[in-house]
Amino acid sequence: MYDSPLRKTEVDTNESKISARDVQVYYGDTHAIKDVNVEILDKTVTAFIGPSGCGKSTFLRTLNRMNDTIDICRVEGLIELDGEDIYDKRVDPVQLRAKVGMVFQKPNPFPKSIYDNVAYGPKIHGLAKNKAELDEIVEKALRRGAIWDEVKDRLDAPGTGLSGGQQQRLCIARAVATEPEVLLMDEPCSALDPIATSQVEELIDELRANYSVVIVTHSMQQAARVSQKTAFFHLGNLVEYGDTSQIFTNPVDPRTESYITGRIG
Amino acid sequence: MPVLWLILIVLALAVAGFIAGRARAISGAGDDRRALHSLPNYYGWNVAMKAMVPAFLALVIWLIAQPFIVNTKATSLLPETAIPEGSTLGLVMSDVRRVADGLDLAVEQGLLGASEAADLTVTGSDIRATLGSAGVAVGSEISPEILAAAQSYRSSNATGNLLRSLVVIGLALVGGALALAQTKPDFRARNAVERGIRAILVGAASLAILTTIGIVLSLVFNTIEFFRIYPASEFFGSFTWSPSFGGGSQLGIWPLLWGTLYISLIALLVSVPIGLFAAVYLSEYAGPKFRSVAKPALELLAGIPTIVYGLFALLTVGPLLLSVFGRDGLGWMQAGTAVMTAGLVMGIMLIPFVSSLSDDIINAVPQSLRDGSYGLGATKSETIKQVILPAALPGIVGAILLAASRAIGETMIVVLGAGAAARLSLNPFDAMTTVTAKIVSQLTGDADFASPEALVAFALGMTLFVMTLGLNVFALYIVRKYREQYD
Repeated sequence: MYDSPLRKTEVDTNESKISARDVQVYYGDTHAIKDVNVEILDKTVTAFIGPSGCGKSTFLRTLNRMNDTIDICRVEGLIELDGEDIYDKRVDPVQLRAKVGMVFQKPNPFPKSIYDNVAYGPKIHGLAKNKAELDEIVEKALRRGAIWDEVKDRLDAPGTGLSGGQQQRLCIARAVATEPEVLLMDEPCSALDPIATSQVEELIDELRANYSVVIVTHSMQQAARVSQKTAFFHLGNLVEYGDTSQIFTNPVDPRTESYITGRIG
Repeated sequence: MPVLWLILIVLALAVAGFIAGRARAISGAGDDRRALHSLPNYYGWNVAMKAMVPAFLALVIWLIAQPFIVNTKATSLLPETAIPEGSTLGLVMSDVRRVADGLDLAVEQGLLGASEAADLTVTGSDIRATLGSAGVAVGSEISPEILAAAQSYRSSNATGNLLRSLVVIGLALVGGALALAQTKPDFRARNAVERGIRAILVGAASLAILTTIGIVLSLVFNTIEFFRIYPASEFFGSFTWSPSFGGGSQLGIWPLLWGTLYISLIALLVSVPIGLFAAVYLSEYAGPKFRSVAKPALELLAGIPTIVYGLFALLTVGPLLLSVFGRDGLGWMQAGTAVMTAGLVMGIMLIPFVSSLSDDIINAVPQSLRDGSYGLGATKSETIKQVILPAALPGIVGAILLAASRAIGETMIVVLGAGAAARLSLNPFDAMTTVTAKIVSQLTGDADFASPEALVAFALGMTLFVMTLGLNVFALYIVRKYREQYD
């Protein structure tokens, strides 16, 4: 099943970063997520897999309250980040999103220069004391986004002028620059070609050293390659959650087996 | 034959052609429509189109050309002596036309036989009385020359009308018959109809462009005429505007241009912030329910006729400003009509322009950019300020420039709100006037169209046209540049 195993290490921590208890999500009258319980570990890549419309992206967006921007969306249950309820009234969703960064399906660089794209988050959150420090943060983020060498000579060029793969890595660098604790990635490679995909996958594996990464993907190979933990969603239910190796070799639930062998989905 | 009948006949021919073409196509294919290249209706349309379009084109051209030809012919019959002292050829020709029309009317009412009318002589009968009883009053006694010209007018009109009917119906018949002969199963009727439709669309587009060119040309020629009798250096160099129809007027454009720009500036200072903030609120903050009520309500402002805004300026805003800034208040304002009055009201008028266009542009900024910004922990106003507005800025600038060209061209509010005094002043509570308002005042009334005082209106119009055209081109350029960003 692992056609090119990227993983160097097994899960090396069992510290829970995010824990979800009995999470329900409704879009108006539609019950999109039903009774999801999951523990997302620190310094681990967790993959969400499942057929289209199974709720994996919706669940991902509840983890940094991106669903707040959708009027008809309602979340019930308990989601804790480091033991704190993120849906508590005292929690500022803006602060939360600074801690739980997000990379989207389609690369969405701002119509600004490459530098300003990356500097956007640090500027908003006041992470740099002066220009030199900001330069440093930007360079570090671009290096971690594995795009520094390609753009270091044209930091003033518009971010929208890069190729699709470069744009996505720029978006990852942009998310990394705000020093989040968790990085959510919603199908980050769906718009990329195989080469750019493998670059992003390598990047994800490197990011694991510092962050907890949650990735939604339609590619089971990708899930197998980059993740240590896998969650399988089906029709709004979390069907099975466990070590990636176990899910792909020895699934407990017959639905998981049907999906990963290609019989449903 | 009256034109209406002609049109109806051609239409009837087209309908008949449609039916015949369709039937012929189907029977040609042996009642099997699958053997046809196109759907049967296309064959029908092909015949109808070819019967109708050339005939109507000929009719339109004929209707335009015939009066010219007939007039020239009748005019050539009039000797110099037929034009009395103090009259012009145009006046005599209108007499000729009245006599001709009167005779036609008299024949129609049975007062004269057809041949009797054709053989009329000045001496033989009292034409004036006959025409009078037919309901046409002719001023002076009719001279033999005028009668001759009128008779020529009548006869050439009659021949013209007859020929017109023959040509139009003939074209319809020939076109229809040719198209019908084409109608075989393998004839590509669908493509032919498609070409015809394209031609109609091209025609509509070029008509709009040609009209614009015509308007511009009429402005250009009159402007040239003006500069021939009034020096351009004076027009663009003088700071005084004092037209007097007795002659010796000074026609400097600067006081008017200053008034225009000053009032437009105040209007934009009012409308741009309010309109922009309203657009941001409507597109980013307002809930769908409020938006669905507020947006049409705001756009309702754009539907108010400008004369109503003018009344609002004259009766409400002017007195209001006067009570604060006038003699009882700060003492800066002499009367209710002032640059400030017109500027404020014009600004209110422009709010929906700015807000509606900006709202559309802000909505066109992809949701993914907002998500990206929120996903980095930005607040709503940070997202708007740093991501959405910069992304929408070129489009917003375009909207503002369109509003500016609207402000520059506005007339009614200025006429009622800003006063009529052309002056160069910095005080926004002074009465001033604008280019458009002066065009109105120069062309209304009994102006002699050969005097510089009247012709100056065209030079003013031309200046305004160049200004707004420049602004519009600039605005479109910016809007287009913006559009390329997300493709």
